[in-house]
Amino acid sequence: MDKTSSALITPPAPRVLTGSTMRISARDVNIYYGEKHAIKHLSVNIPDKAVSAFIGPSGCGKSTFLRAVNRMNDTIPSCRITGEIKMDGKNIYDPEVDVVQLRSHVGMVFQKPNPFPKSIYENVAYGPRIHGLARSKTDLDGIVESSLKKAGLFEEVKDRLTHSGTGLSGGQQQRLCIARAIAVNPEVILMDEPCSALDPIATARIEELIDELRQNFCIIIVTHSMQQAARVSQLTAFFHLGNLVEYGDTDEMFTRPQDKRTQDYITGRFG
Amino acid sequence: MTDTVDHAYKQRLKKRYAAEKRFRFYGVAALVLTALFLAYLLVDIVSKGWPAFFEHRAVISVALDPAKLDAANVATSDFDTLVKESWRAQFPEITTRVERKQLSGLLSQAAADDLKARVVADPTLIGKTVQTQVLLSDDADLYLKGFGDEADAELMQRVQKAVPVSQHFAWRFFTNGDSREPELAGLQGALVGSLLTVAIALGLGLPLGIAAAIYLEQFAPKNRWTDIIEVNINNLAAVPSIIFGLLGLAMFLNVFGLPRSAPLVGGLVLALLVLPTVIIASRAAIRAVPPSIREAALGVGASHQQAVFQHVLPLAFPGILTGAILGLARTFGETAPLLMIGMVAFIADVPKGITDAATVLPVQIFLWSDLPELAFQSKTAAAIIVLVGTLLALNGVAIYLRNKFERRW
Repeated sequence: MDKTSSALITPPAPRVLTGSTMRISARDVNIYYGEKHAIKHLSVNIPDKAVSAFIGPSGCGKSTFLRAVNRMNDTIPSCRITGEIKMDGKNIYDPEVDVVQLRSHVGMVFQKPNPFPKSIYENVAYGPRIHGLARSKTDLDGIVESSLKKAGLFEEVKDRLTHSGTGLSGGQQQRLCIARAIAVNPEVILMDEPCSALDPIATARIEELIDELRQNFCIIIVTHSMQQAARVSQLTAFFHLGNLVEYGDTDEMFTRPQDKRTQDYITGRFG
Repeated sequence: MTDTVDHAYKQRLKKRYAAEKRFRFYGVAALVLTALFLAYLLVDIVSKGWPAFFEHRAVISVALDPAKLDAANVATSDFDTLVKESWRAQFPEITTRVERKQLSGLLSQAAADDLKARVVADPTLIGKTVQTQVLLSDDADLYLKGFGDEADAELMQRVQKAVPVSQHFAWRFFTNGDSREPELAGLQGALVGSLLTVAIALGLGLPLGIAAAIYLEQFAPKNRWTDIIEVNINNLAAVPSIIFGLLGLAMFLNVFGLPRSAPLVGGLVLALLVLPTVIIASRAAIRAVPPSIREAALGVGASHQQAVFQHVLPLAFPGILTGAILGLARTFGETAPLLMIGMVAFIADVPKGITDAATVLPVQIFLWSDLPELAFQSKTAAAIIVLVGTLLALNGVAIYLRNKFERRW
C-alpha cells in the first residue's frame, strides 16, 4: 500500500499525447528544511510537452519539489536535498551545473504576479539580455514581441510597451510574468499556483494559455483547485505528507484513483 | 433583568467613549505644548539673531592725500591713521582725550581695510577726496539697533547728527572667518570647515555603510558571527558621540599622527559615527523590498549579484537615500566628538584644505555663545539660524528626492 520508499513512478503515456519523452527524472529525492523532512524518497519521471498538475493538501511538499526543479530552494539556507534530479540525462544538483544556466532552461511563474517595477518591454527583455540571447536591438524587439504574443498579451499592450508592468491588471501581470519566463526559451515552465491571486476570468485566460504552451514546453503546475488540475493537465500527481502518492493520467486519477488517500482527497474527505 | 443588563452595557459604553475622548485630548494637548515650545524657541532665536545679519555704516569723506599714501605701494600704506583722522575731522568740537578715544572706538577696524581695498582696486583715486562708507564698531551698531549700553548715548546722538548713518545687509557675516571683533566675525570659516568635514564623513561613511548593509542583508551567511556583528552595529548606534571623539583622539591623532583640528580627522571621526546609522537604515530599506522581486529575477536566471544590484537596490534606493540624509544631518549638527580632536580652537582663517585647522558650524555656535561681548549673543543666534536653515533645506531635499524615486510595486 505504502509505495513511498523509492518506488519509481512513471506515468502511463497520457492518452492525449503520443511519443512523448521524459523530460525530468527524479531518483530518491529527499528534501529537508532543517529537521523537517519535506519530501520523502521521491522518484518520478515527468514527460515533455504535457501539463503535469501537482495537487495535495497544504504542506504536502508539492511546492517544495517544484522549487527543487530549478534549484530555487538554494536560496533557503536551511534547505537540504539528497538524491538526484536529472534533466536531459544530467543531474541538476551536480556541482558542475551552473544554477544560472539551469534557470534559463527552467522558467518559473510565481503565485503572486511579480513583474519588475520597470516597463513592460524591460520585463520581458531582461532575461534574454542577461543571457545574451539577442544579438541586436531588432533581435531583442523580436524576442519581446514573440514572447508577449505567445503569452497572449501582445495585442493588449503593444501600444504601451514603455509603460510600467506594475500598472497592468492582475491577470495581465501574470501573463507578463509568463512572457518573461518564456522569453529565455526554457524547456520547462514551473508554475506555483499561478491563478490563486486572480479572478475567474483572468484564471480562464491563463488556463487557455497553459493549454497552448503545452505544445512546446514541459509544464508543471501546482494548484489547490482540483477543477483547475482537471481542466488544464494531462497528468496529475497527488502529494501527501511529503510522499508522492500517485501520478498518472488526469482523467483516470479523478475517476478511478488507485490510492485510498487520493480518493479521500479528491472527494473532499480531507485536505 | 434586561433593564439592568442594558444599564450596565450603557455604562460600559459610556466609559469607553470617555476613555477615547480623554486619550484624544492628551494627544492634542501634547501637540499644542510641543508647538508652543517650538514656536517660542524659533521666535526667540530669530528675534535675537535677525539683527546680526545687518551692520551699520556711516558715510564720511576722506582726502586720499598722496603725501600720506605711497602710490606705488598702496597695500602697505597706513590707511588706519588716514581714516581715523578723517573720522575725527567730522567732529571738530570733540577735543578731550577721553572723548576722542571713545569716538575712535565707534569705528571698526574694518573701515580702513574696506577703503584700502577700494583704493587698491582703483589707484587713480589717490589725490582725490572720496565719499566712503565706514563700518561702525559693535558698540555703535548695538546702540543703533536699540540695545546695548556700551556706547555713550550722548556721543552717539552727536554722531547721528553729524554724519549719515545707514543699515546694510552684512555680507561679511558670510564671507569673513572668525574674529575677536564681533562686527567682523563671520561664518565662512565654519561653513567651509563643515563642508569639508561632512564631505569626508559621508564620502567614507556612505559607501562603507551601504556596502556593509548590502552584504549583511543579501550575501552574508546567517551564523553566529553575523549575529555578533549585527548586535554590535546596533550597539554602536547607541554609543554617545563623545566616545567616538576620544577614539579619534587616541587613534587618528596619537597613533596615526594626523594633524589636530583638521577637517580630515573630524570627517574620519564622523564617518565612524554615522556608519551604524547608515547601515541600519540601509538594511531596513533593503529588507523592505518584497522578496518576490528577487525571486522573479533569480527565476529568469539572473545571478545573485544581478538580482541584488539590478532589482533589489533600485527599489531600496529611496530608503537608503533617507538613511544617507539622516546621516548627513547628524554629521552636520555633531559637536561633541569634534571638541575632542581640537576643532574647537579660535581659527580666523578660512581653511583651504582638509588638513588646515578648521572649525565647524555647531562648534562655532558653541564658541561664540561663550564670549562675553554682547554682540556675540546675536551672532550666536544668527549662526543657529544658518545651521537650522541648512538642516531644514537638507531635509527638504531628502524628502523631495525620496518622493521622486519612490516606486510602488
